[in-house]
Amino acid sequence: MACFLVPAAEAVITTVASKVIKSKESEESVRLSLPDGSVEETKKISFSAKLGWLNKMLWGGSALLAFEHVWHGEVVPFFPFLSAVETGETAEMLAEMGTAGVMMAVLVTAVWGGMLAISSVVEKRALCAPEPAAEGAQG
Amino acid sequence: MTLLTTIFAAIICTVIWYKGAPKSEMKVGSLCLIYWGASLMWLVDAISEYVEIGAEYFTPAPSDMLNDLYLGLSVVALGLIIWLVILLVKDPKGVVKAALFKKK
Repeated sequence: MACFLVPAAEAVITTVASKVIKSKESEESVRLSLPDGSVEETKKISFSAKLGWLNKMLWGGSALLAFEHVWHGEVVPFFPFLSAVETGETAEMLAEMGTAGVMMAVLVTAVWGGMLAISSVVEKRALCAPEPAAEGAQG
Repeated sequence: MTLLTTIFAAIICTVIWYKGAPKSEMKVGSLCLIYWGASLMWLVDAISEYVEIGAEYFTPAPSDMLNDLYLGLSVVALGLIIWLVILLVKDPKGVVKAALFKKK
């Protein structure tokens, strides 16, 4: 009916959060060990960039779902834009938003959380551990 | 069928993204995330429909399947259009910029 509105609302919040975080972030340089054994100086992906993954999933998913709702005649191009409101099924629509809509937002956010966890593990593995011998030689 | 079509689109895009990574000149990563986001949302839709109608969910009428496939392909096309707009607006290769500002 209008379940896509819940992830779309979350997308608005995460987009604003992403902009705010980006303005306060500074780039972090790290040393990355490559599979061939060489070491490369690189920049770590910022949290705002990672939040961008969630934004894209939420905006993209909501847009495609909105199209599906237009396809099924649940979203109409005239006021009140939702056929459920027009036919007096507002309570059912809100119930669906509260169940399916919330579940959609939760699932997408949970998958993003999984992506963050995996990327964190990959980053930790790839980052160079400081070599004790080299540090001792310097000190 | 819509879920299946979108998942296949997401998988194909992810493979293309991985093949081209770490370069992101074509912004395929954005398309991947769009399709994966939609797939996850339709998965929730499919689960709630399964809870509602049970095993009947897996035996749709041929006309419903055809309509859903048509919808799925339309959704994939819309995703590609969104991606194309992102690509042309962000213009990572500077092609649009080069076309607009020709050298003297």
